[in-house]
Amino acid sequence: MAAVEQLTPESTVQRMRRVAEIAARHAGEVDRDARFPRETVNALKQNRLLGLAVPAKLGGEDTGIAEIADLCGMLGQACASSAMVFAMHQIKLQSLVSHGLTAEWHRNFAREVAARQLLLASSTTEAGIGGDLRNSICAVEVDGERFALVKDAPVISYGSEADAILATARRAPDAPSGDQVLVVLRAGQDFTLEQTNGWDTLGMRGTCSQGFKLSAQGHVDQIIPKPFSEIAAQSMLATSHIFWSSLWFGIAADAMARAQAFVRAAAKRQPGNLPPGALRLAEATAKLNDMKSTVKTGISRYETARKSENELSSIGFAVAMNNLKVSASTMAAEIIQLALLITGISGYKNDTPYSVGRHLRDALSAMVMISNDRILANTSNLLLVSRFDTSLLG
Amino acid sequence: MLNEIRQILVRVGNLATPAESLAEEADLYDAGLTSFASVQLMLALEEVFDIEFPEHMLTRRTFASIGAIARSIGELTPHEA
Repeated sequence: MAAVEQLTPESTVQRMRRVAEIAARHAGEVDRDARFPRETVNALKQNRLLGLAVPAKLGGEDTGIAEIADLCGMLGQACASSAMVFAMHQIKLQSLVSHGLTAEWHRNFAREVAARQLLLASSTTEAGIGGDLRNSICAVEVDGERFALVKDAPVISYGSEADAILATARRAPDAPSGDQVLVVLRAGQDFTLEQTNGWDTLGMRGTCSQGFKLSAQGHVDQIIPKPFSEIAAQSMLATSHIFWSSLWFGIAADAMARAQAFVRAAAKRQPGNLPPGALRLAEATAKLNDMKSTVKTGISRYETARKSENELSSIGFAVAMNNLKVSASTMAAEIIQLALLITGISGYKNDTPYSVGRHLRDALSAMVMISNDRILANTSNLLLVSRFDTSLLG
Repeated sequence: MLNEIRQILVRVGNLATPAESLAEEADLYDAGLTSFASVQLMLALEEVFDIEFPEHMLTRRTFASIGAIARSIGELTPHEA
């Protein structure tokens, strides 16, 4: 029997369960000290969860979007900062495997991500562009086969902990601000970082999203040939909203689990009486279910759209992904506030089994992480031409 | 039709490359067409050519170049194409 079990590879869920246990153990300290969740990341590497999306022929596991989204949710229940690091890594990996595998250099790099379990970070925002990641000031300066790049990045999440950074820049010094490329920069050989500001925040304190001056140089082959405008429209924005929403769901789900545990404990203390929080629990469970439906609908919309490049670059799809982000971020905070109302002082205190303060602070990042107002402004522009889909089938 | 499209682009396209000097098949997004401007472009095209783009045509490809726009409009007004 034992031999048979050893032959069956462990599922991703089994492996993530192990990682989540470790993440949960350190979540309080990561939050308190605003430090990188290195125990989680080491466990992700040991359990080989960083290369999942790489094609099997390059050493990965061909894992799909829905399964990775579920893993983000699992980790989100344990430690939101850990889940955000995992999600951001997976978003970058999706950009690489969806758009970068036409070039030999990037195929080799994807192989390395799977083999050595490299952690990928992202550098898209830049000082002076007003938070719009579809514009760059900095440019790739090509000289023969080499390029140089200097970027003033107000935020690079876990930049100093990553094994590689995928950075955006204008294609050339004379290119318009929206004509961007994505370049792969490996730690220890392609770039140096000089920290320019810190990360002392309300929540998501463990992502260590400090500011850096990024100085890089490398071979021109490291530049992904596909324009970043297409990478952003066809995979990055969608996978960001899906993986983020999934981990926000995880945070809300854990807060609800604590609220339910609180109500059950109260019911056991006073048999025959429905505890005061029970009604709110019913209300919040319905909301959590709404949130789950919203996230699942977003995932299946992306999986359908992926079959056609035209659909991926359609306005209707952009509206759907924008709506996912705004809805999920709003719902997460609402649900956790209900959990707080149910758990009362026990939930408000930071040192009880029912504490939901960290959950609330972490989830509040959702509405400002690409501001909901910015997204709504974008959607309202798109709705000048796009029509609301009234079918319940599509 | 190409000239009319070009004039609309000058008016609402807000391009980094002047629309007058763009080749028929030049990529408008490379020329600096933003998401916001592309919607303004669609609205202006609907107004000038008295058409309505159906949902399935609201994609990046439909508005990728002056030529692509002309072909899309042609599809919606077959007798004039």
